Amino acid sequence: MFDLLGTKLASRLLLGTAQYPSPATLADAVEASGTSVVTVSLRREMAGGKAGERFWSLIRSLGVSVLPNTAGCHSVKEAVTTANMAREVFDTSWIKLEVIGNHDTLQPDVFGLVEAARILCDDGFDVFPYTTDDLVVAERLLEAGCKVLMPWCAPIGSALGPVNIMALRSMRGHFPDIPLIVDAGLGRPSHAATVMELGFDAVLLNTAVAKAADPVGMARAFAKAVDAGREAYGSGLIEPRDVAVPSTPTIGRAVFS
Amino acid sequence: MKLIVNGEALEAKATTLDALLRELDYEGGWLATALNGDVVPAAERAEFRLSDGDRIEILSPMQGG
Repeated sequence: MFDLLGTKLASRLLLGTAQYPSPATLADAVEASGTSVVTVSLRREMAGGKAGERFWSLIRSLGVSVLPNTAGCHSVKEAVTTANMAREVFDTSWIKLEVIGNHDTLQPDVFGLVEAARILCDDGFDVFPYTTDDLVVAERLLEAGCKVLMPWCAPIGSALGPVNIMALRSMRGHFPDIPLIVDAGLGRPSHAATVMELGFDAVLLNTAVAKAADPVGMARAFAKAVDAGREAYGSGLIEPRDVAVPSTPTIGRAVFS
Repeated sequence: MKLIVNGEALEAKATTLDALLRELDYEGGWLATALNGDVVPAAERAEFRLSDGDRIEILSPMQGG
């Protein structure tokens, strides 16, 4: 079991709920992934409450915890207000804090992120900050009261996978006791396995599953990759070498000439 | 009075946020509201008086990543 801020989770895969071809596929993908936590958002309700009701009923029927986000917020004020609205609607102190700083890369505005995190932590939120792999920013977020960090490994929805392994490895090394969740940029199950092998505690992904030709199959594949990466990390990976080393014993080798 | 609700200008008879939700046929306990950028909790909507030109956001659960 994975202990995330006092909550015991059966899975180390957190799944987004956006972009699926249908609500039924979303439900099937959530089940196939084995996830314990899904991310949700708040948006303008244009159908008198009925659009939100349909989605919220579906999510509640899945028996998973929700992690509301502040996606699309570009200022501290927007993010803090959205977080407070999410806390009321979803009845949780968890918030995936996004303060976006760049339209093209959806890179977090780390200065606004730290400021918003401090306000929300002081107000009793459990803040899951969507951040970069910058160590100093990570330290500031921890000082602000965050108990978990969610660095990107590549831009949201890019499917590039971990583009800076050294930075991710460095984060793990610097913060051995902080839950680290790779959020954003994963495109393939092998990407998830790679970051789990580095010792990350979990991954959060959405597009790679939702936009796959078969989201349910891809959800299952990611679940296996996350488990495989985690078990590999716990089992002690060998270090790569530049020379060949025979795996079959050389002693007792037959001589035919 | 003239209000901006979810970015759209409209004319409403309601004088409180609670009454406005009913006037616009919003229903359900999963709505979140904000007035001029500040959260208005559900419990405070009935006593929250509206003024001409107020900007109101009415949000509900939606898919997210």
